[in-house]
Amino acid sequence: MSATSVLFDAPGPRARRASLVGSIVSIVVLVAGAAWIVALLAAPRQSGGVRLPGMFHESRWDIFLDPEVWTFIGSGVVATLQAAAVAAVGAIALGVVFSLMRSSRLPWVRIPTAVMLEFFRGMPVLLMMLFILLVASTGAFWAVVIALIVYNGTLIGEALRAGLAALPRGQREAALSLGMREFQSKILVEFPQAFRQMLPIIVAQLVVLLKDTSLGYIVGYNEIIRSNMNNLASFFGNRYLFSLFIVTLVIYLTINLLLSWFARWLSWRTASGGHLTKDEGAAPGTADPTSTIRLMQASAAARQSEDNRHD
Amino acid sequence: MAQLWSLMPQFWEGLRATLLLLAVSGGLALVLGTVITAMRISPVPVLRWFAAVWTEVARNTPLTLVFFFTAFVLPMLGFRAPFLLLAFVALTYYTSPFVAEALRSGINGVPVGQAEAARSIGLGFGQTVSLVVLPQAFRMTIPPLINVYIALTKNTSVAGGFFVVELFASTRQLVNDNGNIVIPILVLAAALYLAITVPLGLAAVQLEKRWVVSR
Repeated sequence: MSATSVLFDAPGPRARRASLVGSIVSIVVLVAGAAWIVALLAAPRQSGGVRLPGMFHESRWDIFLDPEVWTFIGSGVVATLQAAAVAAVGAIALGVVFSLMRSSRLPWVRIPTAVMLEFFRGMPVLLMMLFILLVASTGAFWAVVIALIVYNGTLIGEALRAGLAALPRGQREAALSLGMREFQSKILVEFPQAFRQMLPIIVAQLVVLLKDTSLGYIVGYNEIIRSNMNNLASFFGNRYLFSLFIVTLVIYLTINLLLSWFARWLSWRTASGGHLTKDEGAAPGTADPTSTIRLMQASAAARQSEDNRHD
Repeated sequence: MAQLWSLMPQFWEGLRATLLLLAVSGGLALVLGTVITAMRISPVPVLRWFAAVWTEVARNTPLTLVFFFTAFVLPMLGFRAPFLLLAFVALTYYTSPFVAEALRSGINGVPVGQAEAARSIGLGFGQTVSLVVLPQAFRMTIPPLINVYIALTKNTSVAGGFFVVELFASTRQLVNDNGNIVIPILVLAAALYLAITVPLGLAAVQLEKRWVVSR
């Protein structure tokens, strides 16, 4: 964050003028662009010789006065949240199991798990959903949920493992010297710390999970997009397609932005209490969970090789 | 096995479309993401604000909804184009904020002293960014960028749900036509995806290990 302020001087009168001009020009360009889009949308259009009202005309929005429509939209939202909630719980549980298996001391547990994780991580969730749908014939809901559990469980597992690897070695050594077993040390000492450290990344991953429930649209689960855009639009007619799209977009943005802010707040909180995320900054962590995980694994590996050199 | 072998032309067709989607929308997203990053670090507050809003909105919209917009809403608004072109638009839009964030995190990763030193020997904003910060940010940017492209590879499968016959769509078609070898077909499709994503992932890990140590 601090880099931006260093890149240029504290502006003097000329720079301030240039910046002001730049601001005004870009405001004009942006406003003109927005106005152009709005005008384009609001203009009535000709289709096959028929004159249709613009996108903001009331005849395209009147269905939203009907409470039944909102009940229907509500059921779509509930379906999405239901799939997301079940998948989130499952993914965290599976992630815990995966991280423990992946960091096991037994090679015959660790190596197959690593291969399996790489396999699940490298293929599209959509393909996994299709697989479950066709091979296990579970129905659309469970196809969506199980695929999301497996895929996100893999990523959360990697995050937790990175968290375990990034812990100071003294934690484990202290636990072992108190007479704890390997497993006790892992569950009672290391894991709670890793989990807390990785909480922002896990929540960021849950935002991704929530977004991915929308893939249910393609495999036939009635989540928001399907119930709004397919069912409602075909019931009321295509002229409501645009307004239904806007409503769906707003619903998704509201839910996801709230969750993202929650993740950021969490990472700010853990960053101020912990010691690990401080120098990396909170923002990049929530931006892209995968790369943060990779970075942490790499730096943990680098530190281990440093440690080995000193031994 | 012979039956699976006979399906190769269709798999190849799908894989080619997937690679095309990956290359074109990956390239376009890199351009768009760079523009967004430039706005994000620029001295003009309005541009910074616009880039931030763009990033937040694009990142929090499900890809399926973006595809829905390009495949159904845009044609309804009178913007007709082949579905492949619309898929490029959707994937580019969706990937651009992730590219921008990867680039930005690289720039933020350059030690402040570098920019300060550049400023203190009298370089301007453009010179500081292009001669000092970006060359160093570049190598820190590559591993996260690779991760973005891995995600993009997997995301191209969504295009298969919206009338683009790429690997996922052709797999679904093949599964419908060959009910007796569903599992081999799906496993082969997964293997083809892995053939793209796993080498990319290994490259990212290798580069990261080397560069983290050398820093």
